[in-house]
Amino acid sequence: MRAMVYRGPYKIRVEEKPVPAIEHPNDAIVRVSLAAICGSDLHLYHGMMPDTRIGHTFGHEFIGVVEQVGSSVQNLQVGDRVMVPFNIFCGSCWFCARGLFSNCHNVNPNATAVGGIYGYSHTTGGYDGGQAEYVRVPFADVGPVKIPDWMHDEDAVLLTDAAATGYFGAQLGEIAEGDTVVVLGAGPVGLVAAQSAWLMGAGRVIVVDHLQERLEKARTMAYAETLDYDEYDDVVVELKKQTDHLGADVVIEAVGAEADGNLAQQLTGPKLKLQGGSATALNWAIDGVRKGGTVAVVGAYGPIPNAVKFGDALNKGLTLRMNQTPVKRQWPRMFEHVRNGFLTPRDMVTHRFPLEEIPEAYHVFSSKLDGCIKPLIVPSAS
Amino acid sequence: MNQAGRGDIPSAYVRDKRTPPPSSDELRARIPGWGVDLNPTDRPAYPKLQHRTDTGAHWDFPERQPEEWPRERSVEHAFVTPVFGTAQPPRGLSGVIRRYSYARFSEGRLAHWLLLVAADRVDAAEHRLRSFASTRPDVPATGLRSEFTRGGLRSRRGRSDARHHLVDPLVVAGPWVAAAGAALVGLRTLARGRR
Ligand SMILES: NC(=O)c1ccc[n+]([C@@H]2O[C@H](COP(=O)([O-])OP(=O)(O)OC[C@H]3O[C@@H](n4cnc5c(N)ncnc54)[C@H](O)[C@@H]3O)[C@@H](O)[C@H]2O)c1
Ligand SMILES: [Zn+2]
Ligand SMILES: [Zn+2]
Repeated sequence: MRAMVYRGPYKIRVEEKPVPAIEHPNDAIVRVSLAAICGSDLHLYHGMMPDTRIGHTFGHEFIGVVEQVGSSVQNLQVGDRVMVPFNIFCGSCWFCARGLFSNCHNVNPNATAVGGIYGYSHTTGGYDGGQAEYVRVPFADVGPVKIPDWMHDEDAVLLTDAAATGYFGAQLGEIAEGDTVVVLGAGPVGLVAAQSAWLMGAGRVIVVDHLQERLEKARTMAYAETLDYDEYDDVVVELKKQTDHLGADVVIEAVGAEADGNLAQQLTGPKLKLQGGSATALNWAIDGVRKGGTVAVVGAYGPIPNAVKFGDALNKGLTLRMNQTPVKRQWPRMFEHVRNGFLTPRDMVTHRFPLEEIPEAYHVFSSKLDGCIKPLIVPSAS
Repeated sequence: MNQAGRGDIPSAYVRDKRTPPPSSDELRARIPGWGVDLNPTDRPAYPKLQHRTDTGAHWDFPERQPEEWPRERSVEHAFVTPVFGTAQPPRGLSGVIRRYSYARFSEGRLAHWLLLVAADRVDAAEHRLRSFASTRPDVPATGLRSEFTRGGLRSRRGRSDARHHLVDPLVVAGPWVAAAGAALVGLRTLARGRR
């Protein structure tokens, strides 16, 4: 089969690989019909995630058709069209039993601090991902869901991660009616977080980024006010001014390890890998939220320690909430919201690349060229 | 003198927010779906440690996937988890470093991660060398064609992050230049030794 393959930082290509096989009785093999590149893939692409091995196939956002099932699979049949949450999870461990699907203890021998994720290095279990023609899907009775007839494929693929994470991020913010919510980052995750903040009763939503097409999207798709941090010497001071010097009630950090806006953080993080990513957005969140407020972090960081202003977080009495998204837990409610038009994930799709052009897709998405907000990947066999 | 009552003092310094948020009716009229998840106790991720829906699992503990080679694992785990990825088994010098890092240091130790990062660079070098002997040699970076086809310059106009995009070529090409330099010095030394 054809598959995206990592060759080292900033280097990927498409290679011929064997079609994955059933390795466990509850496995399924899925033929991928549509995949996407996530902001998280950029952390791998830039070489920031330890134990990203050469030859690894990325991709944790995908939908497809069941091609083969293992002997113990009961809920899926060959030919089913499925959407697959980015988490690999068993459904039965202490954590899964409590709905912490992203923190499953039975799927990642390499680390206890993170669960299983498709195509996300050996630090999350060593599973090849879905930017390929076929992918191995463990625990087929637990993760995948048949795509509802009414659902658009592009909504379905975004619900497997980016959209679910935006919605989850807003929930982590513990938004109360009338709250002023600031969303850092107008990528796919931040845009859906902004839409979701309204559903939870926000009185004001302000999205911060510096890419014009994304800020425009935040205004049209999420009805948000926007701030371009390039326009200010210090965007946090501007946030304070705009919130009557209180700061925001809730800040949702949807940027993560590639965060921009501070050269020292950029150099020590993404460029030289001396810390688990740049902590600029995280520090802006801590500084920009009001005392006693909540910072919800969905931006992702590597396991190497970061230069975070923890003392300020303590002194301000903040609530910090965060996790990888337990995707499937969000779905029943999100399906309603998508159906009702309250959440509109596929509005963010700007580019569709054939799998063979995935090196260009990564470069465009990583460097934010051509107004790219969300690139999809279409495998050749689909 | 009643300073606290002055209208020009920002909210943070007085008891109440000076500008109350728009009314819920106003917001409902303006924003599709405003408030449908208003009740904080009726949101999918709440309560954090309770989830009553059937997960689909029909086992107490999953059947174990066969372990075809000694699978490296965190020493914080009791055993190799019943299901695991088999994508790229450790091999070569990078494999030795990785196995050592897993066997010796827990996730809490910086040495664990720094060794894994070092192994990643060794892995890349090993594959690069092998690629030079193949029909598909590695290049320093991929996807660069899109700089021309997708408006590299146009897209970056006026953006502050363009500054550190300038660092990328250094980060990417640095190791290649260093390797080429080292090879050159090595060859020269050899040549001089022969003379
Ligand atoms: N927790 C999870 O389960 C989960 C799931 C998916 C994605 N993520 C993470 O969410 C983050 C965002 O993902 P995405 O797909 O939207 O990525 P993206 O790269 O498309 O978006 C990031 C945005 O942040 C902006 N930005 C950079 N520095 C900023 C700063 N200092 N302040 C404000 N904005 C800034 C960028 O211009 C960009 O628009 C990533 O870190 C990703 O790893 C987490
Ligand atoms: Zn992701
Ligand atoms: Zn589990």
